[in-house]
Amino acid sequence: MAFDSNDNKRWFSGNEAIARGAWEAGVQVASGYPGTPSTEIMGNLARYEGVYAEWAPNEKVGLEVTIGASFAGVRALATMKHVGLNVAADPLFTAAYTGGRGGLVVLDADDPQMHSSQNEQDNRNYAFAAKVPMLEPSDPSEAKEMLKTAFELSEELDTPVLYRITTRIAHVKGVVELRDRPEVAPGSIEKMPGKFVMLPGNARMRRIEVEKRMATARELAETLPINRVDDGDRTRGFITSGTPYNYVKEAFPEAAVLKLGMVWPLPEKMIREFADSVDELYIVEELDPFLETHIKAMGIDCHGKDLIPNQGELNSFIVRKSIDPASIGDLFEPLELPMRPPNMCAGCPHRGVFYGLSRMKDVFVSGDIGCYTLGFLPPLSAMDSCVCMGASVTIAHGMSKALGKEGEGKLVAVLGDSTFMHSGITGLLNAVYNESYATVIILDNRITAMTGHQNNPASGKNIKGEPANAINLEKLCEAVGVKRVVVVNPHDIDECRKVLKEEIASTEPSVIISRAPCVLIPEEIKRKKPVYSTNFDNCTGCTACIRLGCPAISWHPLTPEEAVERGYTKKQKGYAEITEVQCNGCGQCACLCKFDAINIREAN
Amino acid sequence: MKQSGNILFSGVGGQGILLASELTAYAQLEAGFDVKKSEVHGMAQRGGSVEAHLRYGERVYSPLIEPGTADILVAFEILEAARYLPYLHKDSAVVVNTQKILPPAVAMGKASYPDDILDELTSRGINVVALDAFAVAREVGELRTANVAMVGAMSNFLSVHKQAFLDVIDTKVKEAFREVNKQAFELGRKLVYS
Ligand SMILES: Cc1ncc(C[n+]2csc(CCOP(=O)(O)OP(=O)(O)O)c2C)c(N)n1
Repeated sequence: MAFDSNDNKRWFSGNEAIARGAWEAGVQVASGYPGTPSTEIMGNLARYEGVYAEWAPNEKVGLEVTIGASFAGVRALATMKHVGLNVAADPLFTAAYTGGRGGLVVLDADDPQMHSSQNEQDNRNYAFAAKVPMLEPSDPSEAKEMLKTAFELSEELDTPVLYRITTRIAHVKGVVELRDRPEVAPGSIEKMPGKFVMLPGNARMRRIEVEKRMATARELAETLPINRVDDGDRTRGFITSGTPYNYVKEAFPEAAVLKLGMVWPLPEKMIREFADSVDELYIVEELDPFLETHIKAMGIDCHGKDLIPNQGELNSFIVRKSIDPASIGDLFEPLELPMRPPNMCAGCPHRGVFYGLSRMKDVFVSGDIGCYTLGFLPPLSAMDSCVCMGASVTIAHGMSKALGKEGEGKLVAVLGDSTFMHSGITGLLNAVYNESYATVIILDNRITAMTGHQNNPASGKNIKGEPANAINLEKLCEAVGVKRVVVVNPHDIDECRKVLKEEIASTEPSVIISRAPCVLIPEEIKRKKPVYSTNFDNCTGCTACIRLGCPAISWHPLTPEEAVERGYTKKQKGYAEITEVQCNGCGQCACLCKFDAINIREAN
Repeated sequence: MKQSGNILFSGVGGQGILLASELTAYAQLEAGFDVKKSEVHGMAQRGGSVEAHLRYGERVYSPLIEPGTADILVAFEILEAARYLPYLHKDSAVVVNTQKILPPAVAMGKASYPDDILDELTSRGINVVALDAFAVAREVGELRTANVAMVGAMSNFLSVHKQAFLDVIDTKVKEAFREVNKQAFELGRKLVYS
């Protein structure tokens, strides 16, 4: 019999488990912005009956929406990746004062190792700084169950609760047990101005409540079942939490372990007792010495980052090797092999714009975050900076002010449609208001592609794929005050280059909207597309098409003898070939070929 | 019957590694094991190297395979088999699809695809089973079954009964594709010892 038709057991990813857990916890409103590794939570949650889930344009908006839901008395969940919490930090720090009515949990997904991120920040530090409790599960099953504890604590302590996961929970699959959802009461209006209006006079009162609540939380931490000791050998004792708990259990299965499900505030008595009961204490945590710092501040002697790396993710091998280097046997050495970095897809519309930019060596390309960041890689190599979402526009503006006349015709900002709506709009507003000359290119592929194709305010569809209002980017830019707004088809390489030249040369703010859909959205996958093929007889080996860096085009080097044998001159160094099964029919290469060596083959 | 083990899947984004690892995991679950699987989404999926770690046993804590402990490597591409050598030990079995997908530097003519790279594995005593999964897929008439042919070949190295895999295909694969996938599984399974 199939495993999951058997009983109430399922094999879920951490993100699927959290979505289920939110439903089981009675969540009624959820809002978030995509970001690996958190994205699939909201996508899954939107499918549950009785939960309103949405994609917000950014994390600050998402968190504020859930604060509103909590003020209306229902349980609410906000989701984001670690850097998203930077964007949402403003509402978080003050919601810590207001508390709410319905339970409010802020899910934060950290990405140690930066599998899909621009930095590796450890968001446990936010719990300390914002003075809110933080819970941290270790695997999908726990991620589902502990979420309910998070909501209970949020209501009991009248505070938002941070719920931290990492990539190795979000994208790990494990066995979970399904439970039911309780009856939930509808929301209601209840005015509590002293608590909800954070004017200084009220805030000073709430400030006192914050300290009281954290003291209560500290007490509670001593008896919460999610903080527990796995009994074992006490010559070495471990304090750990989250995914590292698993690595400790694998590396030192016999040892006693204090597993912290609540990583802030800490159960001081429990930690002291455990520390006293072991000969040597080891703190095993990923990234910052968060537990270690606070445990050392209690005056407790322990090992931690003196042995365990403070960068990258851990695994059982690293934990064992750090603590018992002698126990590690010989391993096969890695072979020297060509790397295989990610690449823009065959037919990706972004490529047309970056090809144009790659031909303008004097231009500084202020980039942003999305699939298009891959325009950085050779052979296009057409991105010169990338810091955080939305920063393309503002950094280009800052450079324009620093460079003055010198920079005219040399500055361009490039960002995606989702990124533009996330935090590019305010930058553009500034550029118009303060008279920038940098050109802004919005790569409008109709979707949030990088994170797995989520709809956004420009897509015309909501989180469930149902029709929704679609923002008109041209009109928006005009309304902001941009007088030069041009729409271009990036697959038309010549036209695209012409527009780039004109707009970048202009000394007033201008916006180019490069519009063509991502090849991976369902409508595009279904669409019958032309297939291009190489006419080898006409190929002169000029490499014009190769310079696009399309994964469907490869280069075959030839020796002079081989060249002659194939009917080429002996000087021809090779020829290009289109792998037809990979071609998505964008035609960019055909635009570039001057020798009629790339043609449409009949669509099949 | 082996009570625990580590299976590593490797290949290039878009090759169907997730489904292959998913079928394998469900077969192990049906056999009564605890199973954890780890994969990476996002940036890494855009045509880059991808991997999935699958660990099974009575109780699995860590979702990540340690270097030197992969019992089976299922590689969907030759370079992506060689890349994971540090995860193998001398008794590992490697089931590799003989397909070559050129990495960008090779496609652009800036590097070359190493010849005979699998010899680097066999010369270290590793059992390498190479098969043309696409040939199998072509034979059953559906190119997208190459990944399931790989699972079939790999299944020879597991104690889980073959029926468990077929049952999983029945429940996890869309009806229209069930039969071809079962055929691909069977053919892949037979290839290893023929
Ligand atoms: C503050 C923040 N939130 C979320 C992310 C995750 N993220 C990276 S790129 C991206 C969206 C990119 O979409 P878009 O701008 O439309 O470009 P595309 O990938 O479609 O080319 C997101 C959400 C992030 N890096 N930073």
